[in-house]
Amino acid sequence: MKRLVSYVILILAVCGLLGFSANRLTASDNSGGGSKELNLYNWGDYIDPALITKFEKQTGYHVNVETFDSNEAMYTKIKQGGTNYDLTVPSDYMIEKMRAAHLLVPLNKAKLHGMHNFDSRLMNLEFDPHNKYSIPYFWGTLGIVYNDQDVKPGAIQHWNDLWSSKYKNNIMLVDSARDVLGFALVSNGASMNTTNLKTLVAAKNKLDRLTPNVKAIVADEIKMYMAENESAIAVDWSGEASEMMANNRHLHYVVPSEGSNLWFDNLVIPKTAKHYKAIYAFLNFMMKPANAAQNAKYVGYATPNKAAQQLLPASVRNDKQFYPDAKTMAHLQIYKNLSPEMVGEYNDLYLEFKMHHK
Amino acid sequence: MNHRQFANWTYYVPYGLWIGLFVIAPVGLIIYQSFLNLNNHFTLQNYVTYFKSGTYLMMTVNSLWWAFLITVFTLLISYPAAYFIHQLKHRQLWILLTILPTWINLLLKAYAFIGIFSQSGIANQFLGLFGIAPQQILFTNFSFVFVATYIQIPFMILPIYNAIDDLDLSYINASRDLGATNWQTFTKVIWPLTMPGVKSGVQSVFIPSLSLFMLTRLIGGNKVITLGTAIEEHFLTTMNWGMGSTIGVVLIVAMVIIMVLTGERKTEGRLSR
Repeated sequence: MKRLVSYVILILAVCGLLGFSANRLTASDNSGGGSKELNLYNWGDYIDPALITKFEKQTGYHVNVETFDSNEAMYTKIKQGGTNYDLTVPSDYMIEKMRAAHLLVPLNKAKLHGMHNFDSRLMNLEFDPHNKYSIPYFWGTLGIVYNDQDVKPGAIQHWNDLWSSKYKNNIMLVDSARDVLGFALVSNGASMNTTNLKTLVAAKNKLDRLTPNVKAIVADEIKMYMAENESAIAVDWSGEASEMMANNRHLHYVVPSEGSNLWFDNLVIPKTAKHYKAIYAFLNFMMKPANAAQNAKYVGYATPNKAAQQLLPASVRNDKQFYPDAKTMAHLQIYKNLSPEMVGEYNDLYLEFKMHHK
Repeated sequence: MNHRQFANWTYYVPYGLWIGLFVIAPVGLIIYQSFLNLNNHFTLQNYVTYFKSGTYLMMTVNSLWWAFLITVFTLLISYPAAYFIHQLKHRQLWILLTILPTWINLLLKAYAFIGIFSQSGIANQFLGLFGIAPQQILFTNFSFVFVATYIQIPFMILPIYNAIDDLDLSYINASRDLGATNWQTFTKVIWPLTMPGVKSGVQSVFIPSLSLFMLTRLIGGNKVITLGTAIEEHFLTTMNWGMGSTIGVVLIVAMVIIMVLTGERKTEGRLSR
């Protein structure tokens, strides 16, 4: 028994020692090598690793990358503190939300070189007027992917085409409340940002009628399924579509001309930032056309950097589905930050739609 | 004596710390959160919403129904399996083989089934041998129950196997000597005596099955919706932790009810023995 007690004491002592040394290690990380570091908080697989190596070699800064898989998870982590991220990549509505919560640091434009490279249509938008806090990183759309072995090319041009009885049990949807309700709203001629309950319920009722056609509501797996011909049609984001199309030449992507979602992922400096020199070095590095083009080739989403776009292969640069023309662009809608109550409303209706499968 | 008591007491310290930090504190936090609204004010509104909403009640019924189905199928397969394994020569080896799948990560097993059930998967290739066109197996209720049952089987076999192992063979011999048929021996002697194993098997299968949410998406394609889906959504998307916790509390209560229901009969069984 005495032996057991001494074991317990030994274990506790070891734990204490480990905790203490871990604490010391992180402390020395922050103070010692701190000035030569950059903590990037990014979406998973959303930057070309070769670019990070290149940046580290050129500047001598060490980049620590941590990843998140939803805007909300990122928001919670930054808001609750205890982190020291220098840069992060929220989407449009989340930038609006973080701005309102005073979680962002304004950009010092004097230290940024190359702002003129950006496409002016993708700057100075409602979620961040005059790009006070953010510079665009990637952008894209929501659209329809179809397999030309099952669907005649040109047969699907509009959201309403999805409701056709031809596609029974053949459509996969991306598991996201705002996107799914969003395209139903557009197909009804309503705004994707509506706060009118009646309009929302009408869209949800329309979605209920889509259920016979819905094969599954899944997330990242859509890429794998579409590449393996598991389903004929999918509703997904443009970057995901480009990845699927790289693996299966029968796939095509359509952005319905009546409208869809236009989204942005922008680089921002959160309140937790410490290494400002490294931050501006990195932002300037990423704005260089050659680097932005390399990143776009790796990630597959559309680059907002016009000079970089010119460096991409003509087949990509002129692809109207990934770089839509002015006419389609005019109909695209950016998500606004909705009140928590409204977000709840969207998600409750979405759950009801999922339940309707019964 | 005093010293000894103190030493005895110290045995419980790690256990007490563990229970306090990882069981009582989280449950307490969930209950506390469930009384908060979006603005962190105290409210009962979450519970009102829950019990007034047809969607949530329907989802609760769904969760219970799926968990029930999974448990029944698991039991139907596991009881005979445990019984036959017990008759075998190298039973330790066979038990090891049944437990082996639990060493593999759940997510990997789910992905393996995606490969088996997909349009061009092994199952459909097999059907193709008989000239049957590819069937939609993935994203059906069948595939969901099948995979969930597969995953839960080891947790059912083990307690039943142990109960059968504890069975005194002389009871069975006595029953046969007294002229009982095989069926009578099973229903009157073996089944009641292995009941404790069945109960704990049911507990360890039914309760986790209530909140499966990863399989509902990966295998069920979100066509099977359980309370786990709603909890995930409230914590990750709407950030309405209060409502998510409320559903969590409902699940905890449901689990406690199951524990009580299956636990009580166990002591009864012991008394009559």
